[in-house]
Parts: sequence; structure tokens; C-alpha cells
Amino acid sequence: MPEASEAKVKLATVNASPASARDLLRIVIVGHVDHGKSTLVGRMFHDTGSLPDGKYESIKAMCERRGVPFEWAFLMDALQAERDQGITIDTSQIWFKTDARDYTIIDAPGHKEFLKNMITGAAQSDAALLIIDAAEGVREQSRRHGYLLHLLGIRQVAVAVNKMDLIGYEKEQFDLIEQEYRDYLTSIGVTPTFVIPVSAREGDNIVKESTAMAWYKGPTVVKALDSFLPKATAVDRPLRFPVQDVYKFDQRRIIAGRIEEGSLAVGDELVFSPSNKTARVQSIEAWSTIPGKEQPTEAFAGESIGITLDEQIFVERGELASHVEHAPIETDVFRARIFWLGHEPMVKGKSYRIKLGTMEAPVTVQSIESIIDTSDLSNTSSHQVERNQVAEIVLRSRRMLALDEFEKAPKSGRFVLIDKYDIAGGGIISMEGYANQRDLITSRSTNITRVAHGVTTEARAFKNGHKGGVLWFTGLSGAGKSTVAVALEKKLFEKGYNVFVLDGDNVRHGLNANLSFSPEDRAENIRRVGEVAALFARAGMIAITSFISPYRSDRDRARQASDGGDFHEIFVKADVATCEARDPKGLYKKARSGEIKDFTGISAPYEEPDSAELTIDTSALSVDESVETLVNYVEMKFKV
Amino acid sequence: MDRLDQLESQSIFIFREAFNRIENIAMLWSLGKDSNVMIWLARKAFFGHVPFPVMHVDTEKKFPEMYDFRDRYAAEWNLNFIRELCPPIEEIDDTLPPAARSAARKTAGLKKAIEKYKFNALFAGIRRDEEATRAKERVFSPRGATGQWDFRDQPPEFWDQFKTDFPPGTHIRVHPLLHWTEVDIWLYTLRERIPTIPLYFAKDGKRYRSLGDKDITNPVPSTATTIEEIIEELLTTKISERSGRAMDHEAEDAFERLRADGYL
Repeated sequence: MPEASEAKVKLATVNASPASARDLLRIVIVGHVDHGKSTLVGRMFHDTGSLPDGKYESIKAMCERRGVPFEWAFLMDALQAERDQGITIDTSQIWFKTDARDYTIIDAPGHKEFLKNMITGAAQSDAALLIIDAAEGVREQSRRHGYLLHLLGIRQVAVAVNKMDLIGYEKEQFDLIEQEYRDYLTSIGVTPTFVIPVSAREGDNIVKESTAMAWYKGPTVVKALDSFLPKATAVDRPLRFPVQDVYKFDQRRIIAGRIEEGSLAVGDELVFSPSNKTARVQSIEAWSTIPGKEQPTEAFAGESIGITLDEQIFVERGELASHVEHAPIETDVFRARIFWLGHEPMVKGKSYRIKLGTMEAPVTVQSIESIIDTSDLSNTSSHQVERNQVAEIVLRSRRMLALDEFEKAPKSGRFVLIDKYDIAGGGIISMEGYANQRDLITSRSTNITRVAHGVTTEARAFKNGHKGGVLWFTGLSGAGKSTVAVALEKKLFEKGYNVFVLDGDNVRHGLNANLSFSPEDRAENIRRVGEVAALFARAGMIAITSFISPYRSDRDRARQASDGGDFHEIFVKADVATCEARDPKGLYKKARSGEIKDFTGISAPYEEPDSAELTIDTSALSVDESVETLVNYVEMKFKV
Repeated sequence: MDRLDQLESQSIFIFREAFNRIENIAMLWSLGKDSNVMIWLARKAFFGHVPFPVMHVDTEKKFPEMYDFRDRYAAEWNLNFIRELCPPIEEIDDTLPPAARSAARKTAGLKKAIEKYKFNALFAGIRRDEEATRAKERVFSPRGATGQWDFRDQPPEFWDQFKTDFPPGTHIRVHPLLHWTEVDIWLYTLRERIPTIPLYFAKDGKRYRSLGDKDITNPVPSTATTIEEIIEELLTTKISERSGRAMDHEAEDAFERLRADGYL
């Protein structure tokens, strides 16, 4: 049992200072409905003498008018509906100060129905105080709120176990609750600074130390708040400067926005993602009437600024500026952990609008990996995410997006989803299993010009008796791609076709020997094969490629490499169980034992084609039947 | 960045979001300390320009000092200034308590002006710490077609992602000062040397803490004759800012009813 002793209590040393320099910390109070959040706030205000004159009397009068006992909740529950129903509907804020600093106290509703309002309140805070009723113990919303605080990026949390008076100020009961809740928080990666036994009604350990609980040696609630550290500004991190707008009020063309992380200086070279244009900062613009104040030459995280560039490049709202060497990820597919607030459930395959920083784009829910039960952290599968649920999903966009992983750069690693007119959910990004595609779409060659061929595509096709093209096989390991590809190659050759198989293992022996199995290298592997296959096709041949090629983005890029030529995506289809039963190379066994990591279908995703030209179901067709189907297809599509 | 820098940066961010996302937006100028700070912040956000109309919805019952101030700075700050008159008291809901009824004239004037100019949104300089229902506001706060505030079902608002998509007919209030407190306003006014109406300073032991219509606004006891002294006073006072505004105190829900109907 972790016991907070005086010696361990480290309080932030903030000096009482003039008002202009006083720190402001925003604290959200969360917890299950009726566990005493509002009472605790009322008690804190009363005992620190922060209530405005006449407020206590006016609350008393409101209670008497309704014939209810004195209710602190009326301090913040300002709406008639809230007072009449005795329930907090929407989040509210109230201000108080200690010797150390100023506080904004954010009250968040504990009722499940008002989760969107709880998130609205909590997301604004620097730290959180979680309230648990000692008589009721840890309840559904106690866990859910803890989980969501973590997801919202709030790392400083203290816990108050309230209503200790109802359980006779017993240490044993408190210890059990503390242990249970600490275990839960630890499992989601949160370490509470203090767990404090309190009675908000009686005023124990809120402002004054409790005489009834002499066994508790830790700080009071107010001291625990004072121990929270102010949120550090992210000036030492790579620059993230989302373009908010471009102004041309006068002769200056000002790129306006707020620096979310890092800093920039006049003369810095910036890259704007995802357009990948670069230019240097010519000036940092600021308006001031204070005479003699010079224009700044540097700007830092948190500042809303404007810059001009040395070149007139076309940049618009939604682009993310960074330094060249620490640019954000570019991708059209990523993983996210989301909370859903929509009136309609989130559905697989449906499109929403994503807002990430100042960028907006349509995205489609490619898959719903799991629904997370925030009570016991268990996972279940579902084809939709209901209101107030938390889920792991994969999102796909039609165009490249510039973003970051939440753990590395929170401000550019989180987003909201819009359904019709409403913010329907929020999420944080992970790229686990997915590649940063920035390098794949970056061309480093300059000063190059295409040379025109002396032989036309038509002339080649006429001479060969067939067109050139690509048959792009995709499917799980063991689905039969290579077997079918090789048999098809033989059959087509016999029929007089110029045909060649590009096979995964073969290519990795030569052309791609320098590539590993990281997501980025896998993507590069496929990019090169796509380019080579396209060259074969242009040379008049039929290239059959036999690669798992699990990602849609990679296959789409291979199709683009063919540049309008004959490209046929062939889905060689068999489910994981069938493939695992075949296991011709013994790879599934190794993947199951953990010997191979990130194995497609087992521990890495396979994104099925949604518009393949042809699907060959090898669990239903024999090799000969498969080849016959394909030969007929080729004769139909390629013969001149 | 100190506290005022942070507040300022957040307000600038809000201004720029609204200006980019919403067509046909205007700013409400009540001539008080808050809306003067608001204009100042707009000039910061847009590099010395205020790129939208600034509108005074005039009850014609303000103090003469306020009108002088308005006429001088509308010109000096190069504002695209609009003045709109409120309808007479006889046209206002007579079930409201007298002071609230008087204040409701402003709501009615506002609705008329919105209709006339087809504004989709208005910047308003309200703050959360002024009053308990304002503490529950959103930065981007949608109103129904007739201006009413549905406080029972407000949109979620987090990570500085505001609701910026609306079905046709929705009107939006944007609140760039929502996160400021009264003392912040004075600290910023002092730092930025923003012009101030003299009524805020004590005369014969009294000053106005909040300025509204002459007949429903009362001065509070004070000896503060400079901004520094006002700040000093605010750090120790336990009297609420709107204690001199009669309409807040007539009934428990008087202000909520006003706001639900479209009052600021």
C-alpha cells in the first residue's frame, strides 16, 4: 500500500506574486454521479473564503424555496433544470485562489448521458481531481472518467475518496478503495499523485486537516492541487505550425496560425505538409501600438503569430508547417483510439469529415478493430461504435494527410470527426503497423526530362499479339498467389504470351535486398515492384506480381505507377484459417509462437481490396480451375 | 508566455477560426471595458485591421460618456461601424420583471439587426466569470432561428475544435473573451494602454464596475481612481461584478430566461 507521508509530499513552490504574473491552473473535477463533486467544490470555496458576499445566503434561499436541505451543488448548477432535477447537465467553471496561484475549477457532469459535456470540461484542464464515494466505492463512471482523462492527454490526477463520514472515517475501507482504484489507474498508465480521504460535507481534508482521520498523513485537497505542476509549454519539440489562414489586408501576404509545438525564427526553412512545398521565413509579423516595439525575430509554442515567406508559394489553411528535418508523418491510413459522442453510431464503411488542427478532409472507417470496455479494459468486436463507447479503429482518407502519433506530438496527433454538422467523436492517432508514406511520395531527383520512345505501345502490342499489362496478385500468405502465378505463367507462355512472374522472395534477393520488414520498408518494397511491373508492361509484356501487398495505399500507388496502362488487381482470396491450415512455408506457426512479429493476418493488418478487377477464391477453386479462370480473363482483356 | 500572453493568444486563435469558417460575421460593441478589449484583440489577430462590421445595438439609454467614447474611437480605430436602434419598451414581453424587460429591448434590437444585415454570426464579449449561466457557455455557441439558446444540449467543444458547421438558419455567437476574468481585462487594459471610459473610475466614493443602461445600472462603493487601484480592489473584493445590474437580481432565473431568449 503506497502511503503518502509528509516527507514524500512534494509541493510545487510557487510564490505569492503580483496578479499579472500569477500562475493559472485549470482543474477539472470528475467522478461518478452523486459522488459529491459539487459539494466538494462548495466546501472548498467556503473554507477558503472564496464565496462572493451573499452567495451562501442566496443558495440557502434557493434550497428553502424548493424545500430541500442545503445543497452546495447550486453554486455551480446555474440552470433551473439542473437545480430542479438535482443533476449537473453541463460543465461549468468557477475561480478561486490559494497563496500559491489562481485556479479555474471546472465542474464536469458525472451522469453518463452528458459525457460530451464532461469531455468539453475535462479537455480544457491541466490536471484533474477524481472523486469517489467511500460508501459506494469505485463505480462505472469512476473508471470511465479515469480512462478518458488519460485519452484526453491529462497526466496529473489526484483522487479524493469522499463521504468518509458515512463509513465512520475507517482506514480499512479507504485502503481497499485506494488499492482498487490505484490498480485500475496503473493499468491504463496513470499514476495518481495523491489519494486523499475526505468528507466534503464535514470539511475533512478539503482545506483543513481532518482530526477524525489522524491516520492519514498526506496533504489536503487544496495542498494536493497546489502540488500540481503548471503545464509545460512544448517549445523544445519539433516545430508544428498549422496554417490557420492566409491574409492579404495590405501589401503583405501573411500566413497566420498558432505554433502548437516548437519554435521558429526568421530565416528558417519550412516545409508545408502535405503539399511538401518549402520556403524560408522572411518576417514574423505582429501588431502593436506600443511605440518603438520591434518586430520579433523568433516565435514559440503557444503564440498566435503571422509570418511572411521569401517565396510566393501557394499555401492554404490546413497545411502543417515544420522544419524539413522533423517533418510530420504523411499517410492516407492510420489507427486511432476514439470516443464516440454522436447521436448515430459510428459505422464501418461510413464516411465522416476529420478535423485535425486546422486541416479538414473526408475519411472512411475502414475497420473497427475493437470496442474497449473502460470498466475492465476487455475488447469486443462490433461493426459499429455506439454513443459514449471507446474503440480502436482504422481510418482511411482519399488524399495524403499530414499528422503525428499522439504519443510523440499530441497537438497534431489528435482529431475530431464530424458527422453532418456535429462533432461526433474525438480520437488519438497511432501508426502501429502502418508506414509513414512521406518518403514514398517524395521525389529527390531534380533536372530530369523524360525521353520519348521510338517504338509505340500499339506497335509492340501488334507485334506480340497482345497488350502489355500488370496482373497484381494480392492475398494472405498461403492463399495460393505464387502457386497460381507460376502455373498461369506457364500456361500463358505456352499460348504465346510474353509473360513474367515477379515474386516476393525472389525480388528481395536482389532489387530489394536492402529492405527490411519495417512498415516503411515494406511499402518501399511494393513501390519498387510496382515501378518494375509497370516497366515490364510498357515493354509489352504481361507482368504477374505475387506479393501479399496488404495495404490499399501501396496497391493504389502500384496502380498509379502503371499510369493509365492495363493494371488488374487480382484478389487471391482465402480466409486466415484456410491459409493457416495450408501453411506451406511454416510461417503461421512461427507467427503464432511470436517468432515472427507483424505477420499479416495474425499480428499485422490485411486490407482486402474493395474494387479488385477479379477475385479468385482458392478455398473454393482448385489450382487448375483458378488458372483456367485467369487464362480466360487474360484472353478477354489482353488479346489484340 | 505569461498569463496575459496566453489569454491573448487563445482569443486571437478564436477570432481567426471564426473569421475563416463563418461567412458574414460582425462584432457587437457594447462600449464597455470587455468589448473594448475585444476590439483590441481583433486588431492584434488581423494585424491592425478589423475586417468585419462592428455594431452597437443602441438602447439610447447609455451614459453620455459612452456615446462620446464610441464616436471618437469608431473613427480613430477605423472601424466599419454600424449603429442599430432598439424597439420601444411597449413591444417587449410584459411578464418579465421591469429591469429584465428593459434589458430585453436589447435582445429585440439585436434580432432585428441580425435579420437586416443577414449576419450568420456575432462576436460577443461575454466572460464565464461574470455570471453562472455564462460559465456554461461554449466559445462557438449556436442559436436557433429566433435567437434562442438551447443550453440543455450544447455541442461538445474540445481540443480547440469548435462547432463550425451548421444547418441553414442557425445563428452563432462567438465568444473570444469567454476564458478571461474581470481582473484579466483590467490587467490587459493597463498593459496595452487601451482607452477607458472614465465612469469606471471612482467619483464621490462610487464607481461603475459594469456599464449598462443608465436606469438599470448602479455604481458600487469604491475609491479606485486608476486602473492599478481597480486591480487592487478586485483582488480583495467579495462583491460580484454584476451586483450593480438590476436585472440579474429580480428573480432566481431572470438572467437565464433572458439568455435563453437570446440575450448575451
